[in-house]
Amino acid sequence: MLNVALPKGRLGEKVYAMFEAAGYECPSIKENNRKLIFENEERGVRYFWVKPSDVAIYVERGAADIGVAGKDILLEYAPDVYELLDLNLGKCRMAVAAPNEFHDDEQKTLKVATKFTNIAANYYASLGREIDIIKLNGSIEIAPILKLSDVIVDIVETGTTLKENNLEVKSEIVPISARLIANKSSFKFKGDDIEKIVESIKKQVQAND
Amino acid sequence: MIDNSILRNEEKAIFALRELYGKYGYKPFKMSKFEEYEFYIQNKDFLVSDRIIAFNDTNGKLLALKPDVTLSIIKNGEDIDGFKQKVCYNENVYRVSENTHQFKEIMQTGVECIGDINLYDIYEMIVMAAESLSLISDDFVLEISHLGLLSSLLDNICKNSSFKNEAIKYISDKNAHDLARICDENDVAENDKNALQKFVSIYGERNNVLQELETLDEYVNKDNMNILKTLSYMLDNLSCSGKIKFDFSAVSDMNYYNGIVFKGYINGLSQSVLTGGQYDNLLYKMGRKSGAIGFAIYLDLLEDLPNEKAGYDVDVLLLCDDKTENAVLINTVNDIINNGKTVSVQTADTGKIRYKELKNIKGGV
Repeated sequence: MLNVALPKGRLGEKVYAMFEAAGYECPSIKENNRKLIFENEERGVRYFWVKPSDVAIYVERGAADIGVAGKDILLEYAPDVYELLDLNLGKCRMAVAAPNEFHDDEQKTLKVATKFTNIAANYYASLGREIDIIKLNGSIEIAPILKLSDVIVDIVETGTTLKENNLEVKSEIVPISARLIANKSSFKFKGDDIEKIVESIKKQVQAND
Repeated sequence: MIDNSILRNEEKAIFALRELYGKYGYKPFKMSKFEEYEFYIQNKDFLVSDRIIAFNDTNGKLLALKPDVTLSIIKNGEDIDGFKQKVCYNENVYRVSENTHQFKEIMQTGVECIGDINLYDIYEMIVMAAESLSLISDDFVLEISHLGLLSSLLDNICKNSSFKNEAIKYISDKNAHDLARICDENDVAENDKNALQKFVSIYGERNNVLQELETLDEYVNKDNMNILKTLSYMLDNLSCSGKIKFDFSAVSDMNYYNGIVFKGYINGLSQSVLTGGQYDNLLYKMGRKSGAIGFAIYLDLLEDLPNEKAGYDVDVLLLCDDKTENAVLINTVNDIINNGKTVSVQTADTGKIRYKELKNIKGGV
């Protein structure tokens, strides 16, 4: 039985469609109820919906053999998993944004507000820049407006939210998209099944490009 | 005589593994619980984490609880021509858990061979690693990589050290897509990029891997390739040969390891339980002339293996009260034990003890 952790929400539904097209369907998942675990014994697959930021933990700890997680989560928490495929879904970028008129005074410590403290710390360490990280859990965009921070490090999809708050992207850190990940131990013992899924989904991704 | 069935998985493993290592002439090495703190600070590059539990001894000297065993073994050895120090150990180490970020006691068993290491020594170590895993479970995989081969392949493609470090990370993650991205960002030639992509996809059955590697012969160091070929041939005769595979994603810390490295997995456990390899770099840094190879098994992970005895705590729950005569109670307990069963004497069935059979001698005379 292959255990698959899917991120709850629209991304998860798109990902399930890819698994279904790969021959790992589980019709009960489409029933309108509040169940979180769905199994198709015949196909040897069990899906479960989890919070997107928790997928990597389920996979790293072996509760799920494979799963789909955003690259932002993989970079932030650095789970010890295989990253087998870029699904090219949920594409966006991790970027530094600041008020349009912002000028970086390099003589001062840069105040950075973010949910992604490790990504921000690693990025500025690579530039050798001294920063003060302010960990926030949401509404990051208002931090520089209220002078809580000089800049923010956050996910930018279309840039509309930034624009509406008079912010703009100052530099891009890394492109983000959904990735298919696998538990390292599961890959040793269920490798054939996992590779079959990866190959089929890879073809779908290439066809969509 | 100890009844094996009462032992936990990790306790059974300790006995079986020590017996195994003894067969190959590895002597148990008992070390002190503490080391001087300064010693770890000098060698912190070789530690998994630089966070160490330190405390003052009664004479004011700063000591540390061991975060690592190998360093202590090397410190105490000497280089003698023609002699290989072969030791095994079973020790607790104290490290910060990556999950809880708090200190954790980890039970480790391992072996080290220090001296003029040759191909037989590498073979012997891999055989012992495979036999160790098979003592824990039949369903295991031992994967072998060669860091020298990986390093020379990357040097042939791009000398930039930050590219190399990133590429190693992506190879260890089997992440071909980000590997392609950094190749593009670093203007790596298309042929070289394709070779790297191919390299990530090569793993599994040893002969297949060797055949696939032949197609990358302009990138792969011949000496390292020959070591893998000879080693694979030597391993062919083992009964568990099919469970020993080549996988270049088994990348261990290159500060510490060089040459052959390996990792062992057991079906049902979510992470590798065995890690090892050649660590000549560490000895060189410590001023030793010898080479070295060894491995460690993380016994605390074996807790997660299913235990045959799960489901109940004792065979018989024996209930008695103040009116039960002591002689009756003692005789009943002895009868149960003499019949090869386990018993817990209680005054009530509170639901805290899981049992197969309930025996009530309350008021018994």
